[in-house]
Amino acid sequence: MNVDVKSRLKKLMNKDIILILIILTVAFLAYFLHEILGGGSVGSVTVKVNGVIEGRYSLSEDQEIEINGGTNHLQIRNGKADMTEAACPDKLCVDQKAVSRRGESIICLPNKVIVEVEGGGEREYDAVTN
Amino acid sequence: MAKNRIAYFGVFTALALIFSYVETLIPVSFGIQGVKLGLANLIIVIALYKMRLKEVYLLSVTRILLSGFLFGNYFSILYSLAGGLLSLTVMAILKKREGYTVIGISAAGGVFHNVGQLLVAMAVVESFAISGYLPVLLIAGLLTGLLIGILAGQMLKRLTNIRF
Repeated sequence: MNVDVKSRLKKLMNKDIILILIILTVAFLAYFLHEILGGGSVGSVTVKVNGVIEGRYSLSEDQEIEINGGTNHLQIRNGKADMTEAACPDKLCVDQKAVSRRGESIICLPNKVIVEVEGGGEREYDAVTN
Repeated sequence: MAKNRIAYFGVFTALALIFSYVETLIPVSFGIQGVKLGLANLIIVIALYKMRLKEVYLLSVTRILLSGFLFGNYFSILYSLAGGLLSLTVMAILKKREGYTVIGISAAGGVFHNVGQLLVAMAVVESFAISGYLPVLLIAGLLTGLLIGILAGQMLKRLTNIRF
């Protein structure tokens, strides 16, 4: 019994272990590659006022943007866009969290300002079917 | 002899189909979308050791088409075909080489099953963005493949008197 287990373990050691190690290595490499590449490919934000595109700004450089002649103030920092000031009573857009992923948006209804992320960071899927 | 083989082929097809069905009864409990145990692959792995390669391919395609029409849809057939055929091809190649046990072969099969499906997903979505999913799928395929391999090893040990 013991000998049987030992010999089978030895048999398994040979190529199977190497195979498993290769797969694990590839998995970790793929993970790190994606982390590195994913960090480099940040997208941009499109600012729309009243449905008209006012400007497009890259998320890769930190900047401050005045929107709609100063009613809203957008801050881009560390690849994320955040509304920091708004000349409206409720300040809902200022309360919204910073956006960075494709499809995410900040919307300020009173001033009809829409900030939408395009390209770059991976989208969070609603569902995956198989 | 030939009749015998046809009968066995039918039994294997039925088994693979039932396992596909049992699979749908198990709620996805791995916490990751799209990760399945791949019970039907247990039959494919056993068939790989017990049948001619041509018949295993036929078995795999038959199983995928039948279970796809019964429990899936057009897309699930496409994904399964890509995954199943790539997986089987890799397993057949490894089996021809000396030194791999059923556990290692099954692990590789599980991994390439997921790789095939991811390739189709990339073609469908036309984006490399989902490649971020690759590490998760590789590890998941490895673990499920190992599990199926251990099961298959145990079953093969008890099926030594059946050969066709």
